[in-house]
Amino acid sequence: MTVEKILTKQEIKEIEEIHKHFPQKSAACIEALRVIQKHHRWVSDEAVKELAEILDMSGEAIDSVATYYSLIFRRPVGRHVIMVCNSVSCWIMGYEKILAHLKNKLSIDYGGTSIEDRFTLLSIPCLGTCDHAPAMIIDEDLHRDLTDEKLDNILQTYT
Amino acid sequence: MEKPLTQHIKNDHTWLSLKEYEAVGGYQHLRKALKLNPQDITKIIKDSGLKGRGGAGFSTGTKWELVSLGDQSPKPKYFIANADEMEPGSFKDRLLLEGNPHQLIEGIIIGAYAIQAQFSFVFLRGAYHPAAKAITRAIEESYQAGYLGEHIAGSDFKLEMSLHISQGRYMCGEETALLNALEGKRANPRAKPPYPALSGLFGKPTIVNNVETLSNVPQIISNGADWFMNLSKTGEGGTKLYGASGRVKNPGLWELPLGTSLREILEEHAGGMQEGYQLKGLLPGGGSTDFLTPEHLDVPMDYASIMKVGSRLGTGTIIVLDDKTCPVGMVGNLEKFFAQESCGWCTPCREGLPWTAKILDSLEAGNGKMEDLDILKFQTHYMAPGHTFCALAPGAMEPLQSALQYFREDFERHIHEHKCPWK
Repeated sequence: MTVEKILTKQEIKEIEEIHKHFPQKSAACIEALRVIQKHHRWVSDEAVKELAEILDMSGEAIDSVATYYSLIFRRPVGRHVIMVCNSVSCWIMGYEKILAHLKNKLSIDYGGTSIEDRFTLLSIPCLGTCDHAPAMIIDEDLHRDLTDEKLDNILQTYT
Repeated sequence: MEKPLTQHIKNDHTWLSLKEYEAVGGYQHLRKALKLNPQDITKIIKDSGLKGRGGAGFSTGTKWELVSLGDQSPKPKYFIANADEMEPGSFKDRLLLEGNPHQLIEGIIIGAYAIQAQFSFVFLRGAYHPAAKAITRAIEESYQAGYLGEHIAGSDFKLEMSLHISQGRYMCGEETALLNALEGKRANPRAKPPYPALSGLFGKPTIVNNVETLSNVPQIISNGADWFMNLSKTGEGGTKLYGASGRVKNPGLWELPLGTSLREILEEHAGGMQEGYQLKGLLPGGGSTDFLTPEHLDVPMDYASIMKVGSRLGTGTIIVLDDKTCPVGMVGNLEKFFAQESCGWCTPCREGLPWTAKILDSLEAGNGKMEDLDILKFQTHYMAPGHTFCALAPGAMEPLQSALQYFREDFERHIHEHKCPWK
């Protein structure tokens, strides 16, 4: 019986493309994790094992890297990932109120995923847009000068 | 007033294409540089007084000088732009990355030529998605135009460049941790010495410079060291991207002569405090700088002057504390960030930062005791420079030690009133 593989030929090709630019295969580890996440939204244990074989590393070594970086997800996430800036300028400008509204609206806490896998809610350090605090990103989009009303409109655009 | 860093940046959220950048003299600086000896370039940069704009303020030319050149020297050499902007309250490199990526790329190529590097990287923060698009496209355009690859601009110099998109963690901004991340490892810092100029990426000579630093390089080559030196109000050379966030009327980012006073930045450019708010204190250059207070408003914002009054220029982006915001809560927010971002490699940082954050939380909740202030004071010594592997924990102690100095009364009120007086 053959076990079905997680990583597709296309993904393996993308990963090999990265590591050939480096003097050692393991240097591609972080970017390879990104490739996997791009295709699967998160990085499963099976994907870690398969990547370990491609990069000649142990699964544990891969996992020590994967769990270090906060933008690599080792648990499933929803279709959209909301990351709310929780750093100092957003704190001064009242991000906690926005966050409370968001948690209430989606009925989830940090780390949770809303119904039908729509949103996962996470925090992120300073988004570098402090002159427009409070701010958050959803997927790759930056949203700034947030208010409760603005937030409601923004959420509607993500299905 | 000259604004070499931002003068060409458009206000429509699009970046200067290669054609647009060339139309304003872009890549002519590189052509000029390629006619000079590498050592001469380093000398011009050193004479210009250019200092690291990422926060440390080390002389850029002196850093480049540490790389040994010549046939017998180790190869390959690497040149890296540190675009991992993540210091709380800092939003300056993002403007340069999104607005004028070719200026940065030209700066990297000139720097790489000065140290005779064969490979270069832009190490970009993962959350900066528009910047990733701009840099990716700009690198492609640069290759197509012959500014990257073999025989750059018709010379014998060759250089490869690629973009590394980081996956989070403040630690990656520390240059030796950044090198570990580029090697695919956890971003723990390395022991220094050896410095990266001697043994960096994959054990080879490597230079890491901040985005704002490198974006200054092309025009210094064309206009000379004296021109750059004369741009500043004080003796340190150049302009600086200054910012202000918090409850000011007009938060924003401005390119001004280095050495512009805090008062001018906050009152003229940021428009003063919002109605109903008073200035209580400020962090002059991001989350890991010491608080200053209204008595310091006339201090010039340059490396030496800010250091003289007990803080650091850091990233030059000011975080304003107003009188309706709790200083204990503000420091608590910062220490939680530092505790979360500690890599855990050395004990004082791994244990000390969560301990510190916990005490601040309990003070804010009204559960503090007077001896907690002694413990906080102890932490500022326990994590002082020299006691930790890298600068993360000492940086984290800067807002705390100065808050204890300037806002001691506010800490004590939390204890005596058994609650946060601001809530």
